[in-house]
Amino acid sequence: MNIKEITQETFEAEVLHADVPVLADFNADWCGPCRMLKPLLDEIAARRSDCKVVSINIDEEMDLAEQYDVSSIPCVILFKNGVEAERSIGFKPREAIEAMLEA
Amino acid sequence: MTDLIIVGAGPAGLTAAIYGRRASKSVLVLEKAAYGGQIINTPSVENYPAEPQISGIDLATKMYQQATALGAEIRFEQVTAVREAGAFKEVVTPKGAYPCKAVILATGCENRKLGVADEEKLIGRGVSYCATCDGAFYRGKAVAVVGGGNTALEDALYLADLAETVYLIHRRDAFRGDAATVAQLKARENVKILYHSTVTRLCAERRLTGIEVTDTAGCVTELAVSGLFVAVGRVPNTDAFAPVVDLSEDGYAAAGENCRTRTAGIFAAGDNRAKGVRQLVTATADGAVAATEAVRYLNSL
Repeated sequence: MNIKEITQETFEAEVLHADVPVLADFNADWCGPCRMLKPLLDEIAARRSDCKVVSINIDEEMDLAEQYDVSSIPCVILFKNGVEAERSIGFKPREAIEAMLEA
Repeated sequence: MTDLIIVGAGPAGLTAAIYGRRASKSVLVLEKAAYGGQIINTPSVENYPAEPQISGIDLATKMYQQATALGAEIRFEQVTAVREAGAFKEVVTPKGAYPCKAVILATGCENRKLGVADEEKLIGRGVSYCATCDGAFYRGKAVAVVGGGNTALEDALYLADLAETVYLIHRRDAFRGDAATVAQLKARENVKILYHSTVTRLCAERRLTGIEVTDTAGCVTELAVSGLFVAVGRVPNTDAFAPVVDLSEDGYAAAGENCRTRTAGIFAAGDNRAKGVRQLVTATADGAVAATEAVRYLNSL
């Protein structure tokens, strides 16, 4: 697995201070579209070295979800240099997620 | 040239793909978002024969795998038009036009929007169309549900277990949904029902902070809510097909039980077809009928 599970404690170091753009996938086990998105994110993580993909379980980390106004999942937020550059809500094909990185 | 293009990878479209492949036709399925359609947000499906209890996502994945294992190709592209091109058809997406011999429209329905300013912008930032999907974000908060049918009532009841306060906003003086659910709601202390009322404005900064509700007497109230759940029905995804398919008054594709539309070689299957019962099993049934009719059509060319 190339996708690290992130908590409030590791968020700053892993996401905000990362040296590459980060796709942060806010998800939950009970969310069907989240489960569909996961293999696509796995693929992106495996194929690309110019970005990092992390997972945030909203049931465990509701404070992080609130901090970033996440209120519908799956929600993938692209962080560049510690700030939100873009977000994608709902299941999207892999190309659409990757397009966020090209923007 | 592809024999059969299926627009939509929900239960109707995937079933049509299975039937099309089993009849040895080449099949391309075009899907704008996720395969599985509406059921992917259903935690538990309990009315599909031979599956006493299965999550919507698992059922959808089984259908998807069955269709692809049989050789159906699935591409994630949004179809913007279907047109006739001489003896053939053309299915248009932002990536180009796919020529084919027959088309099955299995595009399903989508949630009807309220039609207030900034609604789309606030989806995922307070505005939601799925209480079971997004309810978890509103634990201990104030939310509103709009609508008068069973979905609105069940959403309100579901949210009443999580949220601090649930405002149920309905434009009429009585609910269309089940009386038993209405009685359950009325017994909840944290549910407040507002009749004769509509949502007229959304208040937001970065996310939704409140809504303005106007009643039929013209009285305006502002409610501080962090979530607005819209359950005002569903509309068929058929706009793009009006040039080749007759639509009913409410936008459904006019096609009989044989799924044939006005245009030879173009079929409609599933929730987007004008019919009486919209269920998972009637969607898959439509997929089988439409594909069988399409194969018959292909063999006659």
